[in-house]
Amino acid sequence: MTAHRTRPLRVRSVGTALGRVDGTEKVTGRATYAADHADGVPGDVLHLWLVQSTIAKGRVVEVRPEHALSHPGVVDVIDHTSAPRLVDTENGELAILQDAAVGFRGQIIALVLAETAEAAREGAALVEVSYEAAAHEAELREDNATYRPDSVNPDLETDTFQGDVDAALREADVVVEQTYRTAYEHNNPLEPHATIAWWGEVDGRATLSMFDSTQGVHGVVASLVPMLGVEPDQIRVRAPYVGGGFGSKGEPHAHVMAAALAARTTNGRPVRLAVTRQQMFSLTGYRTATISRFRLGARSDGTLTAIAHDVLEQSSVVREFAEQTASPTRMMYAAPNRRTTHRLARLDVAVPSWMRAPGEMPGMFAHEVAMDELAVACGVDPIVLRERNEPDLDPETGKPFNNRRLLDCLHRGAERFGWDARPREARTQTDGDWWVGTGVAAATYPAMKTPGNLARVRSLEGGGYAVAIGCVDIGTGARTVLTQIAADALGVEADAVDLSIADTRLPSASVAGGSSGTSSWGSAIVAAAQLFRDDHGASPDPGVETTASAEDDPAAESHAFHSFGAVFAETRVHRWTGEIRVPRLLGVYSVGRVINPVTARSQFLGGLVMGLSAGLFEESYRDSRFGHVVTQDLASYHVASHADVLDVDAEWLEEADEIFTPMGSRGVGEIGIVGTAAAVANATYHATGIRRRSIPLTPDQFLDDPGT
Amino acid sequence: MDSQITLSVNGTSRSLTVDSRTTLLDALRERLGVTEVKKGCDHGQCGSCTVLLDGRRELACLALAVARDGVEVVTADGLAHDGLHAVQQAFLDHDGYQCGYCTPGQVCSAVGMLEEVKDGHPSHVTTDLEADVELTDDEVRERMSGNLCRCGAYAGILAAVRQAAGA
Repeated sequence: MTAHRTRPLRVRSVGTALGRVDGTEKVTGRATYAADHADGVPGDVLHLWLVQSTIAKGRVVEVRPEHALSHPGVVDVIDHTSAPRLVDTENGELAILQDAAVGFRGQIIALVLAETAEAAREGAALVEVSYEAAAHEAELREDNATYRPDSVNPDLETDTFQGDVDAALREADVVVEQTYRTAYEHNNPLEPHATIAWWGEVDGRATLSMFDSTQGVHGVVASLVPMLGVEPDQIRVRAPYVGGGFGSKGEPHAHVMAAALAARTTNGRPVRLAVTRQQMFSLTGYRTATISRFRLGARSDGTLTAIAHDVLEQSSVVREFAEQTASPTRMMYAAPNRRTTHRLARLDVAVPSWMRAPGEMPGMFAHEVAMDELAVACGVDPIVLRERNEPDLDPETGKPFNNRRLLDCLHRGAERFGWDARPREARTQTDGDWWVGTGVAAATYPAMKTPGNLARVRSLEGGGYAVAIGCVDIGTGARTVLTQIAADALGVEADAVDLSIADTRLPSASVAGGSSGTSSWGSAIVAAAQLFRDDHGASPDPGVETTASAEDDPAAESHAFHSFGAVFAETRVHRWTGEIRVPRLLGVYSVGRVINPVTARSQFLGGLVMGLSAGLFEESYRDSRFGHVVTQDLASYHVASHADVLDVDAEWLEEADEIFTPMGSRGVGEIGIVGTAAAVANATYHATGIRRRSIPLTPDQFLDDPGT
Repeated sequence: MDSQITLSVNGTSRSLTVDSRTTLLDALRERLGVTEVKKGCDHGQCGSCTVLLDGRRELACLALAVARDGVEVVTADGLAHDGLHAVQQAFLDHDGYQCGYCTPGQVCSAVGMLEEVKDGHPSHVTTDLEADVELTDDEVRERMSGNLCRCGAYAGILAAVRQAAGA
């Protein structure tokens, strides 16, 4: 393996609308997701069902399996007294069944194995558990005991300070000081998490094989290896098709360990665990609710002098996850005096984790509604306000941005959306019984690459090339765009590339997350392909191969890399019912070069739809008396349905960022969700004159007439 | 309690023994290995398991297998018996999907829905109950709202259904 300094790609297939290479499998249903696998699984599976705690804090006194074991088909009940021991229990989320402690309601406290799924489910209901309950705390309030985490996700500073915010606010002509809230949200990919696991033996060493619904097969191995006390080559994970993840499959959650432990007890018989939709609400991650206190100080023309963003959010006693909600505030707008802080309440609740654009999504909701309030307070158009606060250098690092084109996005969007026709005053437009308004918000997302990626290129008989990297396509189009990248890097047609992904036997790949996948994996593929050509020429013998990783361009050190966007929304709010409709939603993005206009557009539209959904519908309602989410299905946790989504469109600026990646791309997965809820909220203000500072925006919030 | 039933799956007669608790969805997936029918919620809330039962779109998770002895099941894969169905081709043409998990259900739902429109079934947004249904964007959105797509591919699905309706 060699690290190779890549050269910019000569694009031919990249930038064209190659159809998804796995489209036929998907529209026929032949694509096999984790729970679908029968081929390659040795023998009939045993079905695994989870028994979950019904208290939020305390300890399990006794698990009585007798009734369950007497149910026909039930094979075994495993609890903390009988589960295989883990070598390392530092990851409190994954270290299940190692002791009697209960850290949240819904925690896995026993496993039932049975010959059929029906028997396993019934068996789980028949397991009797007694507890010693303790008082718990499950509600995020403004007065919880909090602490300062050492860092925030993924490894960012907890707090930042520049200048003197308090003095600047005292001297400011205009001050906006408000608190903004975002709700608990659950990722809810349509494919529930599932794992098939079996243990075997090779050369006297135990081996664990899995089909898992994951955003990163190598990440699953990395998480399990220290806990199970095995070497990486003793675990194989495959994920040929994954039905969405949105962060919830970014790291293995407790159910993966449940499958691994249960399978350890079955003498090699495979175990299948299909997590239910309801169980996903306590076991597979979610976005914490956030409370953002924003203070903006400005001169009368709207030029910012101070930006302060103090975040309160929650984590779990079982494992810390600190959402980086104030992170975008550090680089978005110019101001000499700045402050960002994060404080966590550590509650007796399920473990929060990544959800699409962690940090940027809730943080930019707060920031962009605050900016809209400042625009109103200064009597300045919201786009003009952003022009006046455009920084020359990245305010956080002092480095120049590589191609910061926020204003281009705003101006292009304004032109397409017809922004100039917008009345300056709120609550001035009606259509029948509907108040009508428009709003805008900015979007941003950091360009990220993850280290540790390797790709392999091998020449085949007949002039084709096998390209291999162990990444996962969760629906993003990775299979398709990596085929295009490989084709251009090798200088061949796309159909000459035979791409293999999603298996830990392939070269190591990072998680499909942080909008970093294509940048990270694609760079490795370009490195391997270019080195292959350097070493083996244009007409290689079949069977020669090169494995390589990509070395960063040293110029990257001296720049700040971020994508930008502008989101425009039109809303209608019904005068008598408060119903909110969004007839138009438009996003314009600057993301470097778009590898495939079809799959990128679908990523943008999908992000916009998820942002709209967060803005209007999504709220996981936790009953703090019991500590669990009561809206734990798709009838009570509302995600946008087809009828909720009207005219949604996206476009992007033509550009290439060749310092960041040889493809010139920066990533497209998350930016669509950023700023979208703020644009909708700002448009509801413009429609009604009623300013709401929390999402979801619901009809009841718009029934009060501000004139009374 | 177990019962013997027979299902016609994509034209092939399949006999099987089912537990009375077994849903049609689990019978297809677990007993018969018909995994192109996907399970998204098991509660009739997402539409991923939509199949055509005796020609009508239904949610396989809300049907008990023992109660549907003799039913004719057509899945998304079954629609592609002679190359892709026009609806499937339209989903490809308009990228009406991303992860693909809800897609077999969306496809079956669209096929069933277009038949309902042809038969003159009104929907919640149909204004004239006497006239033939005009397949507007709002009609498609309303009629396809039983099939959630978390990837948010609704714009592509709308375009695909409109293309297929004109085919």
